[in-house]
Order: sequence, then C-alpha cells, then structure tokens
Amino acid sequence: MTKCTDRVVLDLWHPLQAIAEMPAGRVHETVLLEERLGFARDEAGNAAVWRARPDLRADDAVDIAAVNDRLPAKVAYGYVWSSLGNPPADIFPIPEFAEPDRRRLNAATMGVNVSAPRAIENFLDMGHFPYVHTDILGAEPHTEVKEYDVEVSADRDEILATRCRFFQPMASTVSTGGADVEYVYRVPHPFCSVLYKSSPADEKRMDVIAIFIQPVDQEHIRAHMMLCVLDFDNEDKIIKRFQQTIFGQDKPILENQFPKRLPLDPRAETPIRADKSAIAYRRWLSQKGLTYGVIPAAA
Amino acid sequence: MPEPDRSRWHPIAASHDLPFRHVYHAQLLGREFAVWRADDGYVNVWENRCLHRGVRLSIGMNDGRELKCQYHGWRYANRTAGCTYIPAHPADAPARTITNRTFPAVERYGLVWSAEEPVGEVPALAGVTEGRQLVLRGIPVNAAAEDVAERLRSYRFQPNGALDGKDAEVALEAASDTSVALRSREAGADTLAVFFVQPVDAGRSVIRGVLDDDAEGPQRIAVMRHHNRLLSKLRDEAEREAAGKPAPASIEPVYERVSAELAEMPEVTPHGRKAALRVEVARKFAAADGIAGFELRPIKGLLPTFQPGAHIDVHMPNGEIRQYSITNGPGESASYVIGVKLEPDSKGGSKCMHETVREGDVLAISEPRNNFPLRRDALKTLFIAGGIGITPLLAMAQALQNQRLAFELHYFAQNESQMAFRDRLAALGSSLRPHLGLDPAATGAELRRLLHGYEAGRQVYLCGPGPMLEAARSIAAELGWPDSSVHFEYFKNTNTIDDSSSFEVALARSVMTLQVPAGRTILEVIRENGIEMPSSCEQGACGTCLCTVIEGEPDHQDVYLNDAERRAGTKILTCVSRSKSPRLVLDL
Repeated sequence: MTKCTDRVVLDLWHPLQAIAEMPAGRVHETVLLEERLGFARDEAGNAAVWRARPDLRADDAVDIAAVNDRLPAKVAYGYVWSSLGNPPADIFPIPEFAEPDRRRLNAATMGVNVSAPRAIENFLDMGHFPYVHTDILGAEPHTEVKEYDVEVSADRDEILATRCRFFQPMASTVSTGGADVEYVYRVPHPFCSVLYKSSPADEKRMDVIAIFIQPVDQEHIRAHMMLCVLDFDNEDKIIKRFQQTIFGQDKPILENQFPKRLPLDPRAETPIRADKSAIAYRRWLSQKGLTYGVIPAAA
Repeated sequence: MPEPDRSRWHPIAASHDLPFRHVYHAQLLGREFAVWRADDGYVNVWENRCLHRGVRLSIGMNDGRELKCQYHGWRYANRTAGCTYIPAHPADAPARTITNRTFPAVERYGLVWSAEEPVGEVPALAGVTEGRQLVLRGIPVNAAAEDVAERLRSYRFQPNGALDGKDAEVALEAASDTSVALRSREAGADTLAVFFVQPVDAGRSVIRGVLDDDAEGPQRIAVMRHHNRLLSKLRDEAEREAAGKPAPASIEPVYERVSAELAEMPEVTPHGRKAALRVEVARKFAAADGIAGFELRPIKGLLPTFQPGAHIDVHMPNGEIRQYSITNGPGESASYVIGVKLEPDSKGGSKCMHETVREGDVLAISEPRNNFPLRRDALKTLFIAGGIGITPLLAMAQALQNQRLAFELHYFAQNESQMAFRDRLAALGSSLRPHLGLDPAATGAELRRLLHGYEAGRQVYLCGPGPMLEAARSIAAELGWPDSSVHFEYFKNTNTIDDSSSFEVALARSVMTLQVPAGRTILEVIRENGIEMPSSCEQGACGTCLCTVIEGEPDHQDVYLNDAERRAGTKILTCVSRSKSPRLVLDL
C-alpha cells in the first residue's frame, strides 16, 4: 500500500541519487514519497530500483540483473530516477546536457525540511537575492525585480520565464563591478526546474543549473543540484562549494516557511508582480490537480 | 480535545525576553508570534509569518522602528504591522492594506500578555506590586498546561529571606487551571509566588513565575537558582508523566486569508475625499517662523500605516480641505506630525490651522495616501527642498537614514529661523545641507551645482515652490537626468485651467459613455454616474485621481505627471485634465 495517493505525483519520475556518488554493485537506500526504496547500478551504467526488502540491505553487494519485482528505473542527467506509478516514457529534455564541452556534475544533494513546491518556488525567485545571497547573487540597494515574461507552453506542458534580469554585484570572475545578469527559468516537471544563466566564460552561451527535488514526504525533500556549465578553469570542488554556499543560505529560509506545504489558494499569501512565475507555477499545479506537498485551494 | 479558550489572557514572554532590537519567538495555543519592542517602547505581538511568502518574522530584523523580513526585505511598521516598503518594486508604494495580523499586547508584572480574542483585562495579582516583582526564568515543559498547573499546587519553596531554611510552610492562596498562587513562610520571612502556565500547544507549556519581592545582586541570583532548581525538578517529573500518556495532536493555527484585492497585484484602493479618521491635536508647536507643527493622535485605535512621501487630507473646521505631508520617520506610528505654513494670501486653509485649531481639538483626516513614493534602490539620493517643501522630503530622508542609505538633503530657506522641524533635521547630521538666503539667480546656480554630474543609480526628489521646481526640473533635464530619476511634488497647480472643451469619455471596464461638458471635470462626471474614484487635492497636484488612458489624446493641465509621462499620453489626472480628441477611453 502506497502512502501517497496523488496520481499525478505517483506517475512522475523522481530523482534518487547522483550516479557519480554511487559505487557500482552495491545496494543504496533512500525514501521516496514515504516509501523506503533500495537501488543500485552496475558498471555499465544500468540502474535498478525496488521497494526496500530485508534480503537487500544498504551496502550489500548486488547483481542488479538478478533483482526481481523492480520499480521503473532510468538514468538521466547523471542521476538515477524512479517512479511509484506509471511514468511517461521520457524525462523532460535538457538538450544542453549533450553538448560535449560542458562540465556536468552534481553540485550537492541536501535534505531540507520543506515541501517540494516551496523549494521550486524559491529556485524561481529573484527578489531574495540581495537579502539571502548577499554580495553573491545580489546586493542592496539593487533590489528591483524588473519586468519579465512568463508563459505556460501548452505543447511542452512547462512554465517558461524569460527576459529575467537581476543585478549581480560580481557578475563574473573577469568583471570588477556589478551588472545585470540574464536568467531563463523552465519548470518542466512539478518538482524540477532548470535555470539558464549568462555564462561568464562564453557570452553567446548559457550555463545550466537544474534543481531536481526528491520528495521524501510532503514536508521533507532531498534537493539534487545538477550543473552543466562552461567552466574550464575551476576545480570541481570550487564549483560545488559555490553552489553549496548558495543552497546553504536558502535552507534556513525554506525551513522557516509556514505552512510548509505550498498553499494554492490565491488568497493564502500576497503576491507581487515579481512573483509572476510563482503565480503561474501555483496555477499550473492547481490545474494538474496535484495535491501532494501542497494545500489545495478550496473548491 | 476540547476547543481551546482563546479569550483568556496568557503571558507569552517576559519583559526581559525583549532586549534591545531583538525579535522573540513566542507561541500560544499552537499559534506562533513574533514579539518585538520598538525603540519607542511599544511591544508588538504579530503573527509569526510574513504575508508575502510565509517566512517566520521571528528570524527578521528589528531596526528599532520597523521589522524587516529576512527573505525579501519587506518592511513592516511598528504598531500597525502595515507594509511600508517592497524592495522588489522600489518605484511603487505598497498598498497600505498589506498589513500583518497583530494581537493585543499588555505588559504587566514584568510579563508580556496576549490572547487571540481577549475578553476583559489582564488579571490583577493581589499582593504583587507592579515594578517590585521578580520575574523568574520561563521554564518550558513538554506537558499539557493543565497537568503542569495541577502539579504546581504542591510546589514547595523557601521564602526569599530564608533560602537556606528547609521548613518553610507553603500555603495555596489561589489557583485556576492555568495559574497557582503560593505563599511560603519561614522564620518571619514571607514570599508570595504566582505561577502562570502558558499553553504553548496541546502538549507543551511554559511556567512563568512572579515573586512579590525583588532582590538585588547575589541574593537575586540565589533566589533565581533556588526556583530554577525546584522548577526543573518539577518539569522532569511532569515530562516523565506526560511521556507515559499518548501525545496529544498539535493545535493547528488557522491563518487568515489575505483580502481578495491583495490576491492580485494591488492597485491603490479607491477612495473619495472621505475623512475616515478622527484625530486629536495632541500638540501644536512652532516648527519654524511662520510654520506651525501639529502632532495628531488617534481618538481610538491605531493610525493606518504611512510611507515616506505620503500625505493626508485635513478637513478643517471651516469646511476647507488641504493636503499635508506626513513628516514622521519610519516606525513613528503613534501620531502623525505635519507642518503648516501660514500663507499670506490664505483662502482659509493655513489661516484656519494657524489661528483656529488648538491643542485638544478633534480633526477629521483621510487615510494617508502615497503618490510620491520613495525608491530605496538608489546608489545616492538627492533631496531638494524649498521652504515648506521640506515636509515629505524630511520623512524620506529619515527613512533612508534609518536604513543607512546614502542621501543628501538640500534645504533652501530664507534664513535659519525658517527651517522647520529642527530636532528632526539635527538628527540627519552632515547629510543635511542648508542653503540660506539665496535669491532666484543664486538658487539656480546652486541647483546647477548640485545636479551636475548625473550618474546612473542616482535619484532626485524635489518639493518646493513652483518656480523653484520648474528651474530644478529644467536644469536636471539639461544636465542629462532622465525623467524617470527626477521625482517632484508641487504644493499646488498654478496653471490656469482651461475647461472650455467638451468631449466624450468612455469607461472601458464599466462599459459606460459619458459627456463631459465645458465647465465640468471628468472626475465630477464619472462620480455623478456612480463610479468610485479617489481624489485628494482636486487641482492636479497630488496624483490621487490618476487614471489610465486606453485611447484618445489627453489635454494635460496638471503638475503631477513628468514630461515623459505627458508625452506618452497613457495617464491622466481626471480632476483637471481634459481631452484634445473628441473621445477618450479610460481604464475604469
């Protein structure tokens, strides 16, 4: 018996773990939608996922070909994904991931005591840069969120926010002063978002930073941060430390948000124009009929 | 679990839990509070949730006047909890109805008392004299309040004067399901202890004890330790007992919904020339030569939140209505302070305020309205005031000073004795730059000097006599200041209004077409037809009756819009401006 009854969420692909952080042929365990899961990968990069069982405990050696009663499993964007329902054939596309000259890595996997949609909303939000990511992604008094565009693409079923610009005090390692940095946000999955940000290394291309949220339960998540960037100089640990700093600043804010589940009633909180993408996101979740991790609007 | 009684006062904090500029996280019957003391001493008890995205305000910053949310820097005013600034939209004045939920707060016996819907007064403690009590450290207990109160009935302690004794007689003087009063006596020493058990949640509480007699120095520490040790023991026992029972479900707080108009990005609330508020003239004083200062206090309740730049309409005893800017700094929310200059050719406005209105009089005023909003995202802000034009700029300068943002306040006046609100000016330190006794030519030269060297990220705010504003605006334009960085407010519209045209006005949202004949204003005609429309000065200066033009060519006759806005033709002041085209379509 599954603990999540939300059909929309059950049928999604959910991220479990970065492949790079999983030794092959060993059992790993995690929790997805309140269900304990076991999973493993082989040397060839195939993955298997199953409901946790006593004969396959964490760190046991395992031959995944021999595991039966499996859940759907997929390897994409450097992570193992699974589902407790009937997931679609494909995970949403991130075409840039295939570009050969990009650095691809899992910047961090962090547990946060908040619902998945609250974390996605925070990822879409620029207004907090000067206050939460002070002197990194923003700095007072440059607090304005300039007008940007949001659309829900019907054929792709995703939210797209474009023409987003925000003042960043050290826009790149080569610039000395601050400048507006351009962002594009995609929400192609209720609990995943992809950010494109002007690249300091190549002005014609954009860095890709994605957040894949694993809902542990309605009010707890593991957030996986995937980077796919044009950075040929810095060591992995420098790049990771930067993203971990950013995420470490968001975590205490998210854990002090109440209610923890995202309220979909338009009158639960006070939106402003800067929250256009969040307003679109809340409507989109409502229209999908999603109920897990949210407080649905009264009918 | 029975519905908890939300009408009873409970202590939710001790006064000593609110040190300078701290925000204390309290909880009562499942609901969290952010409790903070402003520098003026006022204790605020607010819902512990920013209205924007639900972040706890107890992790926010108390700057002594306002509480700032950590997430997006929204600022909420002392007392009213009204939002005064939204940094993401620095050019907009937040709708003043964005107001966080507040709860009553009473400070008594060294404790802060509150309740969701209190009935009656905070209980009086027989035998405890206000100011002479000793407040014990709050002891949090993981057990239900009733169980803790029950256990406190048999609490045994020594009187302050005989702490080393062992044989005190303790008598129960009074008790309820959440409080216990005990008197301990030994060898002539006698101490009354009153304990309140604050129901934090269904299975959690805090013991708040008050002794009738304070002690000093080491004796005080000894008394505190004595009770700390005994109450900790009582807590351990209560928690052992509670652990054996099934844990009660937490009380789920119900958050109020925000109003429907706030669910959309708010526009300024419609408002006619209504004077919804009654205030008393608490103080009338000479703010400068020829300028009277008035401190206006509410007759009852709190005054609405104001933002720097806001004005109020004052309805005078002689029937005149005039606009005056609020000069207060941020968080000074107990009263509004305005300055009124006696105009030599007064038609009854300033003359009435100077000669007729006295301390103790009651005046009708409108809610504050802000058509002169202050951006706070400038690298440097210039304020240029002429004469009584200081009033809105003084409020703005105090707001930037409080946030430590860079500004200069240039104050043009005839002489020092005509500079108003000198105590407030003095607090601005070297940011205040007086320019005294300059003739128009010298003023122009000084303005040119001040406005020289425009750089991106600068904003200038102008308020003063018409000719000075005209000069400053044209100098600014000449020196490369974009219209969007030059903000101004005229006292009055000295243009001669030509109301000879007649035209048709179509109201797009109301689906109505109206005729505006010569001699009537758009505002009058639409109001006559039942459309609610806010207004204030009704002479094209304050900007309250601003409206969006969808189609047609406005005939601007106001002094509110800047040149770029006039050219764009998308906004109109309906109290004086008209139409050049035969038809004007408005977004109403």
